Amino acid sequence: MTTRIFGSGIKRREDPRLITGEARYTDDIKLPGVLHMAVVRSPYAHANIVGIDSSAAEAMEGVVAVFTGDDVDLAGIPTAWLIPDSDLKTPEHPALAKGKVRYVGDGVAIVLADDRYRAQDAADAVVVEYEELPAVIDPEEAAGEGAPLIHDDVEGNIAFRWVMGDRDASDAVFNSADVVVSERILQQRLLPTAMEPRSAMAQYNAATQELTLWCTSQNPHIHRFIISAVTGLNENKVRVIAPEVGGGFGSKIPCYPDEALVSWAAIKLGVPVKWTETRSENYLITIHGRDHVQHVEMAASNDGKLLGVRATVYAGMGGYLSTAAPGIPTILHGLLYVGPYTMDSVFCESIGVMTNGTPTDAYRGAGRPEATFLLERMVDNVARAIDMDPVELRRKNLIPAFEDGYEVATTLIYDSGDYPTAFEKALDMAGYSDFRQAQANALASGRYLGIGVTAYTEMCGLGPSQVAGAVGFQGGLWESATVRVTPTGKVQALIGASPHGQGSETTLAQIIAEELGFPVDDIEVVHGDTTETPMGWGTYGSRTTPVTGAALAHASRKLKDKARVLAAHLMEANVDDIEYADGSFSVRGSPDQAQSIQDVALMAHLAWNMPEGMDPGFEESQFYDPPNFVYPFGTHIAIVEVDAETGEVELQRYIAVDDCGPQINPEIVAGQIHGGVVQGAAQALCEGAIYSDDGQLLTGSMMDYCMPKADMFPNFELGETVTPSPHHPVGVKGVGETGTIASTPTVYNAVLDALAPLGVKQIDMPLTSAKVWGAIQAASANGGGN
Amino acid sequence: MQVSMTVNGVAQEADVDPRTLLVHFLREALDLTGTKIGCDTSQCGACTVHLNGKVLKSCTLLAVQADGCEVTTIEGLAEGGEHHPMQTAFWENHGLQCGYCTPGMIMASAAFVRDNPGASEAEIRHYLEGNICRCTGYHNIVKAVKQVADSAAGA
Repeated sequence: MTTRIFGSGIKRREDPRLITGEARYTDDIKLPGVLHMAVVRSPYAHANIVGIDSSAAEAMEGVVAVFTGDDVDLAGIPTAWLIPDSDLKTPEHPALAKGKVRYVGDGVAIVLADDRYRAQDAADAVVVEYEELPAVIDPEEAAGEGAPLIHDDVEGNIAFRWVMGDRDASDAVFNSADVVVSERILQQRLLPTAMEPRSAMAQYNAATQELTLWCTSQNPHIHRFIISAVTGLNENKVRVIAPEVGGGFGSKIPCYPDEALVSWAAIKLGVPVKWTETRSENYLITIHGRDHVQHVEMAASNDGKLLGVRATVYAGMGGYLSTAAPGIPTILHGLLYVGPYTMDSVFCESIGVMTNGTPTDAYRGAGRPEATFLLERMVDNVARAIDMDPVELRRKNLIPAFEDGYEVATTLIYDSGDYPTAFEKALDMAGYSDFRQAQANALASGRYLGIGVTAYTEMCGLGPSQVAGAVGFQGGLWESATVRVTPTGKVQALIGASPHGQGSETTLAQIIAEELGFPVDDIEVVHGDTTETPMGWGTYGSRTTPVTGAALAHASRKLKDKARVLAAHLMEANVDDIEYADGSFSVRGSPDQAQSIQDVALMAHLAWNMPEGMDPGFEESQFYDPPNFVYPFGTHIAIVEVDAETGEVELQRYIAVDDCGPQINPEIVAGQIHGGVVQGAAQALCEGAIYSDDGQLLTGSMMDYCMPKADMFPNFELGETVTPSPHHPVGVKGVGETGTIASTPTVYNAVLDALAPLGVKQIDMPLTSAKVWGAIQAASANGGGN
Repeated sequence: MQVSMTVNGVAQEADVDPRTLLVHFLREALDLTGTKIGCDTSQCGACTVHLNGKVLKSCTLLAVQADGCEVTTIEGLAEGGEHHPMQTAFWENHGLQCGYCTPGMIMASAAFVRDNPGASEAEIRHYLEGNICRCTGYHNIVKAVKQVADSAAGA
């Protein structure tokens, strides 16, 4: 047998077009006669629109039209995650503001011109008179007495109030526990910053009434039905194409006003219309992540048994409820409160609050990093309170290994896990037992080393769709795929999901190659075009490999079954005597008689000699609705040194042991972990959107927002364990978000461990040198460490 | 305003609005869309090209300032139909994911290694400060650049 393609870190099939500059992203696509759209955006966080004068703009060279909210007859941008039993309010989100703006960047008017510079000049020339209103950015403050009301129909700015667990039962556990620790945790706003800014271009054919929209989307089929809904066009007349997409991290899931506006303008004017945001515009209008104020408590016994966790979460929604926003601090957050521990009591009250910030929504990890952080932070606090080594405390409370189902207090049934093995492996790699001695020695010479250890599990590859319905998600969570083989034996795999950097064209081709024996180079994965591909719900939540991968595995197996019967017929043998290996069917006992998969494909197309009842062609499709989530897990460890004179943190080592089941392409898996770790570590160390009190985004460009750079990180040390998912056809779990979920608390706890001797117990993220230095000074003024 | 320059070995002449940035000239007038735009403050490096052999962020220069210059973009990096060693190294080492920062990363790294064969990992990480990637965590980019740097030094 040749080397298995499944499990091989082959080079990515995407890369030749990317390393040569030949790939075409949305803004790279040109249409003759295209008009450029620029959006006049509110400079105020909260204001009434008194008047708009576009006369000067309209008179400028190259300007074709200016439209305001009163001109645009689009339906409101919908919210698509309607959390039940939460008294959810979904305030209207017009594509252009009508009467009132609710965050800096809210669109007020659009300008269409023949050139992008001229469009922007004209947008600057539109005079809007505002009556400024008091603004509120902090979600806890926005939910408080006397806060300015942002939407008349959202009383107290409370968009929803979601409760998980039983408050009385939680009280009983906490009231009788030996130890209760608490902390107010700020999950600061983050700017997703996919390197490709968002872009959209629309073209309308009035004769056929067909709209084509090219846009930066993680889920073109979802964009299609939302654009259909807001424009009133029939869904089968809307074609959405997500061409090459340069990263998303959740920020390209939502349907934004801009995509609706280019569509509307293209229909109205009868010419193609394009819009591409600048980075500064991206920071104002493309969704932000996180933005929680959490009041968290954990209960434990004196001998180190974790008894329960609970939190009240104020989650900032921004000025409007984005597409999936209500689901993030609720379903995707609270349900993870048990983590990998045997803890029986969980309670969460999550309050979604309208603020005058940019709308928030799913950002890599989406609710789960915020849960894992609070859990791991509180475990370290318990360890300190009962004077137990935090590693020992975790070890005592890890759920033992299980292979097929483990129900936890949040009602989730984890699919499979072996947390202790991953935990011990990571500790071995880090040399934990020696580190504590090295740390003590360093301290004796005035150096502050720290270690952070995170054990985690998370839920991804969400499904089944019945669960989606039960939790208010306005869609299904299945995926579909078609494996189509041409007469010459080349494969096109059509998928409804829409990868945008994950390497799925390679990973998914490896699944098909493994199942059917085609060379991987003969397999093309087609995605991103609603006309060419079958329905799918998109690429997010680490679901493409688990869900689309399963659909492809099943479709491939159907083809293989057909091939086996046809091969038997062609070789005049009994089906039961057919043996398969490496893409070839042979008759048991007659090894020289064989039909390759390519031979069979050709004969299926020719259909000259088919078995009775078999249809011609060589193509199979599969709709796949996963029976459960998948639950990857692992342990991450960071070692840092803090310079107590400057507050500077040096991340010296980072060890990640992750278990996502069998790895289809270990290099791609490693890349997902590397990138995820940096994104999460950067939340701990440097990233954070900062607003002024009146709602101006102060970190409004890359000059001000601290993006992680190459020189902030060491090479990462990766390890893995392999625990297959029992319910998945090839056993795999998602790995797109684990790095981000695990790394923020790992790095944070390492820094706080280093600072413990100085008496520092808490610092709000990000741990910039200024904040760390300030915390050291404050602790020192309070008598320092003990 | 009239501007002429040699781009990827081809002489180009055009009449441009004087305020046109070089990156917009390359992308819009010459349809060389391999050069990307990732920010508007010259932080991200997605628009990196070579100007007279030197590394340049093409959003920092007006097209008219490049008058008479030789410009190389990602489309012109390969020679004789063969990938440049830096392109090969990025591919072999999984030094890219979404690919959007990649042209700028490769252009910056190719010139850096040409001028600094044998560069250390720390030097590479320090140099790459001017190019931002959101996907890879830099690990495999550094690995790719180091491979070419080692090879250039005859290691």
